[in-house]
Amino acid sequence: MKERVLTAMSGGVDSAAAAALLLEQGLQVDGATIKLLPDEDERDLSASGGKTCCSLSDVMDARNVSYQLGIDHFVFNFTGAFHEKVICRFAKCYEEGQTPNPCIDCNRFVKIPLFLKRAALMGYDKIATGHYAISEYDEGSGRYLLKKGVDENKDQSYVLYAMSQKELAHTLFPLGRLTKPQVREKAKSLGLTCAEKPESQDICFVPDGNYASFLTEKMNVSCCPGNIVDEEGNVLGSHKGLIHYTQGQRKGLGISGGSPKFVTAKDTATNTLVVGSRETAICKGLIASDINLISVPDLKEPMVVTVKTRYKQKEQQAVIKPCSDSSVSVCFTSPASPAAPGQSVVFYTGDTVLGGGIIKQVF
Amino acid sequence: MEKRLVYADNAATTRISETVFDAMLPYLKDQFGNPSSIHTLGRSARKAVEEARCKLASAIGCEPAEIYFTCSGTESSSWALQGFVSAASRPEHSVHIITSSIEHHSILNTCEALRKKGCHITYIQPDALGRVPFEDVKSAVEEILLTENTGPERILVTIMTANNEIGTLQPVEEVARWCRQKGILFHTDGVSAFGQVPMHPADSGISMISLSGHKIHGPKGVGALYISRNCKIDSLLYGGAQERDKRAGTENTAGIVAFGEAAAIAVSNIAEKNTYIAELRDRLAENLLAIPGSRINGILREGLKNKPENSRCLPGMLNITFEGVENESLILALDREGICVSGGSACASGAIEPSHVLKSIGLSHEDAGSSIRISLNEENTEEDIAYIFKHITQIINRLRAPSPF
Repeated sequence: MKERVLTAMSGGVDSAAAAALLLEQGLQVDGATIKLLPDEDERDLSASGGKTCCSLSDVMDARNVSYQLGIDHFVFNFTGAFHEKVICRFAKCYEEGQTPNPCIDCNRFVKIPLFLKRAALMGYDKIATGHYAISEYDEGSGRYLLKKGVDENKDQSYVLYAMSQKELAHTLFPLGRLTKPQVREKAKSLGLTCAEKPESQDICFVPDGNYASFLTEKMNVSCCPGNIVDEEGNVLGSHKGLIHYTQGQRKGLGISGGSPKFVTAKDTATNTLVVGSRETAICKGLIASDINLISVPDLKEPMVVTVKTRYKQKEQQAVIKPCSDSSVSVCFTSPASPAAPGQSVVFYTGDTVLGGGIIKQVF
Repeated sequence: MEKRLVYADNAATTRISETVFDAMLPYLKDQFGNPSSIHTLGRSARKAVEEARCKLASAIGCEPAEIYFTCSGTESSSWALQGFVSAASRPEHSVHIITSSIEHHSILNTCEALRKKGCHITYIQPDALGRVPFEDVKSAVEEILLTENTGPERILVTIMTANNEIGTLQPVEEVARWCRQKGILFHTDGVSAFGQVPMHPADSGISMISLSGHKIHGPKGVGALYISRNCKIDSLLYGGAQERDKRAGTENTAGIVAFGEAAAIAVSNIAEKNTYIAELRDRLAENLLAIPGSRINGILREGLKNKPENSRCLPGMLNITFEGVENESLILALDREGICVSGGSACASGAIEPSHVLKSIGLSHEDAGSSIRISLNEENTEEDIAYIFKHITQIINRLRAPSPF
């Protein structure tokens, strides 16, 4: 019997091409769009001129492209889980002085696991997404691997590092071996209506990019001005509220004169923003927790790997070492660009994702 | 049991009956005339429309001249409210609408739109069983009459005859009688109740009733508004002189013919049909209540068979919560087995939103999202009930088991 695959369709060109490729492989494919924001929020967003990633018009696009491909289409309401697992975590993370990555949380808690669970319930064998990444089974280790997509500019393995073995075993990434131009070409050759659709941008629930006003107005996160101090505690100026700043940030601090200053810490207890010189901001290492390992079952010995502490970042070499409390310490072999607590660190060996975790502390 | 199609979503829409389908066909083909044309084809279409009007009128015991065809129940309700406000508005006086928080969106969203234009809206909360208390409606109106110096002619009360999600019947006749005494207009959304609850607008003084064709085995795209002779409202659509100059637009002849036919059939044996359907529903409810964490929503919670409460609910309606079971998952899994049921109301994207009705009667967001609506009608059978019960039980067991992922 043909394998039944449910493709997560966002209404964009990537997921549409993913579904099309699976159909060409002879699989039995259907599509589903996940609805992440309640109607009333979407109305607010579109009234403010914003553009979300799973908006009403995206659902219509996904539905139309599904009909074009001749596949069935569903809409799943995951607004409750998205609110709890992504939006609330986003706000909480900022309240604690960290810098969250909601796209990773969305993949980790909503997009992959809930979609998979729903698909299984509906009798599908696997799910597929339009992520640029490669998943494959490795006979040698007996593990499912997650690898970088071949398009360097589009590789999304970073946002998928939290996938479990069971999730990887049941998830297809049909675009992993293609480049974005090839995907657009494919969509165009099939006459898919979304072939020219622009990339989605920003955080989907804060489409105007003004996350600070989202946090204060919608999520009641407090945001009070306070002092900017140097590492000796000398007051250098005032800040607009800690949520406006990210560790490692240089621009927009409003401190004139002297050498360039970088954010080195956000002290939520005293509502102070600590800044330092380039040297103090440079990241020598970090501690990550919430570790998920993919290519290896566990981490016993120190390992030399390359790491990313942000999605769009060149990898940097580091030695990772298990700590006693199941967290992992990361020591960069040469000074690295600043990293912010709350963001994810992902470890690579070559093109393969070894695993990753959430940055707790930077030094 | 072999896989079968079990349609148990009759509150959403119904299958068009063969008789109705046959009746409308000629008007989609050879008898295509415009009822306003004076030639033979036109006159033939006119005759069909007027005969349908008579059938619908006799189905609710009113005069044909009190029936206005529209294109949907929603249009009828929206027209009733907007037409009233437009007719009653004076620059120096505001208009009041008293309604309930569990009305259909055609009422609630029209009220919201009118509120933005300066209309005063009072939403009466139902009790935990979904009944809108007559006393509460009364006191809301009395307060407006007393404190706001508003004449009764600027007040409209609109309460649905039966709720479309939990089936609870509302005290519309009581409210209508009282409103008539006070000189206040009373509208009811009768879409869900038509064909299951006998309607006699003239007896109790109901001023307007919204009706729809597709809930009674007619086609989609046709509705009607009963407007009592004593009630004057403005038009919603302006244009030609159709529907006695009240509702412009070329008549949907085939749809109207079908609606007339469907209405005549629907009211022909209400009591017998209701007994049969309620028995099926009660049996299914009893079986489903054996599932741990299940609870009926609405008036049926008070008791099923042989209880006077039985007649306080639509016979085929069963709204039930299965604690901790996401309704969207349950509905999609049932669909795989050929069973059609629903949950909440569809949002714009086509996903399910937790029902405003269930939240209004006190369910938490989570419980409202764990509730489904099964709506049976006379086409359902014993086998259907057994099939539904079997699959709901199996699926809930699966859904409550730890996730394999």
